[in-house]
Amino acid sequence: MLSAQNLKITFNPGTPIETKALQGLSLEIPTGQFVTVIGTNGAGKSTFLNAVSGDLPVDSGAILIDGDDVTRLPVWSRATRVARVFQDPMAGTCEDLTIEENMALAQQRGQRRGLRRAVRVDMRDEFRAHLATLGLGLEDRLTDRIGLLSGGQRQAVSLLMAALQPSRILLLDEHTAALDPRTADFVLQLTARIVAEKQLTTMMVTHSMRQALDIGDRTVMLHQGQVVLDVAGDERKGLDVPDLLHMFEKVRGEKLADDALLLG
Amino acid sequence: MSLFSLFGALEVGLIFSLVALGVFISFRLLRFPDLTVDGSFPLGGAVCAVLIANGMDPFLATIIATLAGALAGMVTAVLNVHLKIMDLLASILMMIALYSINLRIMGRPNIPLIMEPTMFSILQPQWLADYIARPLILVMVVIAAKLLLDAYFTTRQGLAIRATGSNPRMSRSQGVNTGAMVILGMAISNALVGLAGAMFVQTQGGADISMGIGTIVIGLAAVIIGESILPARRIFYLTLAVVIGAVIYRFFIALALNSDFIGLQAQDLNLITAVLVVIALVIPLIKQRLTRRRHV
Repeated sequence: MLSAQNLKITFNPGTPIETKALQGLSLEIPTGQFVTVIGTNGAGKSTFLNAVSGDLPVDSGAILIDGDDVTRLPVWSRATRVARVFQDPMAGTCEDLTIEENMALAQQRGQRRGLRRAVRVDMRDEFRAHLATLGLGLEDRLTDRIGLLSGGQRQAVSLLMAALQPSRILLLDEHTAALDPRTADFVLQLTARIVAEKQLTTMMVTHSMRQALDIGDRTVMLHQGQVVLDVAGDERKGLDVPDLLHMFEKVRGEKLADDALLLG
Repeated sequence: MSLFSLFGALEVGLIFSLVALGVFISFRLLRFPDLTVDGSFPLGGAVCAVLIANGMDPFLATIIATLAGALAGMVTAVLNVHLKIMDLLASILMMIALYSINLRIMGRPNIPLIMEPTMFSILQPQWLADYIARPLILVMVVIAAKLLLDAYFTTRQGLAIRATGSNPRMSRSQGVNTGAMVILGMAISNALVGLAGAMFVQTQGGADISMGIGTIVIGLAAVIIGESILPARRIFYLTLAVVIGAVIYRFFIALALNSDFIGLQAQDLNLITAVLVVIALVIPLIKQRLTRRRHV
């Protein structure tokens, strides 16, 4: 279970370019739930995700994973609990290393990295079996540099890598945004399959409202660093993109009205 | 070129192949531009020479010199990782600090090791001339170091170091303590350089405070020459290329200095190095142009 409590992050505090990215954001994700997160540019989606992963320190608030306070833990020591797929396909893998080396690196996530061989023969069989499920023919290319693969292929491998070790929460940061529509669809189907198979607690940031409603169990909308909309279950099933847009306009309108009052 | 100077070139080339392996780890695997090398090479030499001159066993002295090199690399890495000083600047600071430290260790600008026993005088069989025995012993040391490195970089820890250099952000998200890996990698890199310094003073008859000047350029030259002669991806061939690069580099230097008709002298060493590096960097470019023309 992920519990984010009253998170606040301000960039460049005390300067003319001060940005309040998160303004007391709170969100609870129960174990096994798949949450999609939407919001406009600058709503705080990526900031929130980076706060959970540990890439960005929070100014105040707390982040709990299965009850453990991880707020002050560095990224690498959170990695036993948090798995992540980046937006940029190049960012999630080491291009100088081979496919099997990348997968070995991910398989040892959260384990002591001692002087045992990184890639053993029995691992290769396991990796091959995992890669075969992609249907991309990568199972025959274990010793190829991962830099030789296309963006979509690398993103698919990144997803496999994220699921090699059990994790308490899987973070997906617009992981289909940099791909062409067909590949994006493939990676999205793969995401749904892996999450369902391993029953992962998942938070997926996306800029596509369609995607946000089609996949997962619950949709959360961020605006100005806060959760402004939170739908799940039957209410969510009945929603379509125009409904979501309408709700968003309403929320923003109210916000504007608030601001107008304050300024007036 | 005489046989004597050929063996001399081989000897120095093999010593600098240890430096080149160290430079390969910092510059290529970790992508850490590390100039500490100019200080850790004479540090290894100074520690080794002082200890031998004070009657210590040469093997033990060599091991301690290697550890001294490792410590220097660790300090540079800590300056960068924990005190957030830019990598290049951290290594320059360490380099100039080591100049003073080396003078302190030696107590004077040079320590001769003519009469003292060395690793080489102990290992050398009676029936073999010293100018042949020294390169032979060094070949074994270099092969051992190379194979150990090859094995290490296929372990989980070695893989974590390579990943740290290639993509630190991804490595952290896979649970790699990247700061610790940089410190560890820099320690291994400079340990090799310290070992090279210890070998150098034991073969060249003593330590001198200025022996470190230009070490980094020679190491880097060897890495670049090796890479352009033997382009490779796998660790085994990468380290092999680096060792070969160092030996070939020294061979060319000896050739240039020993050919009277060119008219070069010892003081032209750095100029030759610069020209060699430029050539090694330009060769891949020319190759690329040639293949492109063929395709058109």
